[in-house]
Amino acid sequence: MAKKLIDLVNISKSFDKDLIIDDLTLSIKENSFVTLLGPSGCGKTTILRIIGGFTSPDKGQVFFDGEDITNLSPNKRQLNTVFQKYALFPNMNVADNIAFGLRVKKKSESYIKDKIKYALKLVNLDGYENRQIDALSGGQQQRIAIARAIVNEPKVLLLDEPLGALDLKLRQEMQYELIRLKNELGITFIYVTHDQEEALTMSDTIVVMNQGYIQQMGTPEEIYNEPENAFVATFIGDSNILPGKMIEDYLVEILGSKFKCIDSGFGKNKLVDVVIRPEDVELVEKDSEKAILKGVMTHSIFKGEMYEMECKSNDGFEWLVHSTILKEPGTEVGIYVEPKNIQIMNKPQSEDEKALDVEELDE
Amino acid sequence: MKNKKIINKILIAPYTIWMIGFIVIPLLFIIYYGFTTKRGDFTFNNVVDFFSLIHLKSFYLAIRLSLLSTIICVVLSYPLALIFREGNFSKKSFIIYVFILPMWMNSLLRIFAWLTLLEKKGVINLILSFFKLPNINIINTDAAIIFGMVYNFLPFMILPIYNSVMKIDENTINAALDLGASKVTTFFKIILPLSVPGMVSGITMVFIPALTTIVISKILGGGQVLLIGNVIEQEFIESSNWHLGSGLSIILILFIFITMALTSKYYDKEGGNFL
Ligand SMILES: Nc1ncnc2c1ncn2[C@@H]1O[C@H](COP(=O)(O)OP(=O)(O)OP(=O)(O)O)[C@@H](O)[C@H]1O
Ligand SMILES: [Mg+2]
Repeated sequence: MAKKLIDLVNISKSFDKDLIIDDLTLSIKENSFVTLLGPSGCGKTTILRIIGGFTSPDKGQVFFDGEDITNLSPNKRQLNTVFQKYALFPNMNVADNIAFGLRVKKKSESYIKDKIKYALKLVNLDGYENRQIDALSGGQQQRIAIARAIVNEPKVLLLDEPLGALDLKLRQEMQYELIRLKNELGITFIYVTHDQEEALTMSDTIVVMNQGYIQQMGTPEEIYNEPENAFVATFIGDSNILPGKMIEDYLVEILGSKFKCIDSGFGKNKLVDVVIRPEDVELVEKDSEKAILKGVMTHSIFKGEMYEMECKSNDGFEWLVHSTILKEPGTEVGIYVEPKNIQIMNKPQSEDEKALDVEELDE
Repeated sequence: MKNKKIINKILIAPYTIWMIGFIVIPLLFIIYYGFTTKRGDFTFNNVVDFFSLIHLKSFYLAIRLSLLSTIICVVLSYPLALIFREGNFSKKSFIIYVFILPMWMNSLLRIFAWLTLLEKKGVINLILSFFKLPNINIINTDAAIIFGMVYNFLPFMILPIYNSVMKIDENTINAALDLGASKVTTFFKIILPLSVPGMVSGITMVFIPALTTIVISKILGGGQVLLIGNVIEQEFIESSNWHLGSGLSIILILFIFITMALTSKYYDKEGGNFL
């Protein structure tokens, strides 16, 4: 088991009386790729700033390798940051930007020269040494910011939406490059994004946040397949979220019809939220024995690898359905869901869990 | 279209008249006087006289004192600008007003105030004597003039420097710290280079008025220290030699133009407009 490298313990932070981070505790293991994922304004950058030392928490402690670094100044921390808006030095050219950290550490000029070359190659910008910063596009600046951080070979790299300004193809390329880099250099990555696909493909741990709370932490598979609440379910991928009632163990009532499921331990007649992923909704013949609900197709869009369709069941609920088989709008269909594909979640209860409110989600 | 042009012209007219009346015509007079003798003959003598030993001496003195004051202003302004930048105090604007406020008062009055404070039997020395402390004796010296210049022109340095330091993105500074630089290194490698435009506009706004000052050297120098401004003033008022005064002025104006042209490359237009 890898050892813990960074520990955030009971961190709270407010700005102007607004509580931004509320009693957050988080452990990050050595060599892991941890992604903080959440909607804009949920406090992702604030957490990175606390780890980087640019802002201090009102309460709580930050540990690095077992040592309390809560009050250590940023230049003494063994980590580097790729800032959300690049934050390159406009008074220096590309090479001097990349060399900055190495010059501060008094490395030899020949070593620095090699490092610059290596880093520029890595981010696909060979030959850009003498360019001025303001003569670079946003995406190029972003890549220089990555190069500037990695040449220092930090133990931990904090990346705040580092691929946000890149186009799709370059973004995918850089995703692979970053993963390769991480494995090559053995750096721990703490990565911030609000792009759920990026989070799912790159990380080994995802921390889903909303309004300063950790909603769920787990592997990409856990987060996707077993969302703990409605917020996580809606934020990660498309999903159908329905109000339901746990009749008894392994049986849930959704929209007035009974569905078999594989969850237990909720008690009898307990109100719950039910998540069903669109690819798990099976459309069958309307008279089929399998059909649990009946409905009419309303929309369909061809998405390349599948059709994205909507089906209105008789009770009025609009189901989102992904399937490779097209059902034309107007077709009457039956709806069936495999028990293992029905994910039962507790309803938000306490004041604290107001943060789960799905209405707040506007990405 | 046409209407707009006419309206524009009408709106611009007062400024044009003002410029012609108070800048162009006086300048033409200076040029006329500068290149003529009392009898009205054309001559270079007035202009060339600038380079006589006595005039060069007061010009050199003026440059020396105003350069020193400018440097002192820069050195004083940076810590203040950085404190304003870093400071979390909500009364930031209040503190800035503390520096702007004196500018609303007539500068002549303020200089006279310092005279009464600094005089041999002035307020400060009275207080010092009361506590049996040694008196200060800087009135009528270069030191008093530098003091007056710094006091008088400091706000013109602080504001543009503060302005350009404030414009530096917080994360640019954070990035330098992140890469291991100390605060001192960050200042010299990042903050200072990025605030050069503000510093240059501050320097022009302090150095040039200080170079040509008449009042400060006259009041706090007690007529003992003659700067180039005082020499020109004497020619105009005491000797009534407008021709020599104009000749000297022409060279001084040329010198200022050259200085401004050399610094204009770095000049921060936004920072300059702050006032
Ligand atoms: N210095 C500050 N002063 C006041 N409020 C701040 C400050 N920094 C952040 N905030 C507030 O804290 C909240 C969280 O900000 P943060 O930058 O951490 O969000 P984020 O999750 O990184 O969002 P995004 O995805 O848009 O970058 C926001 O509501 C923001 O307005
Ligand atoms: Mg952010």
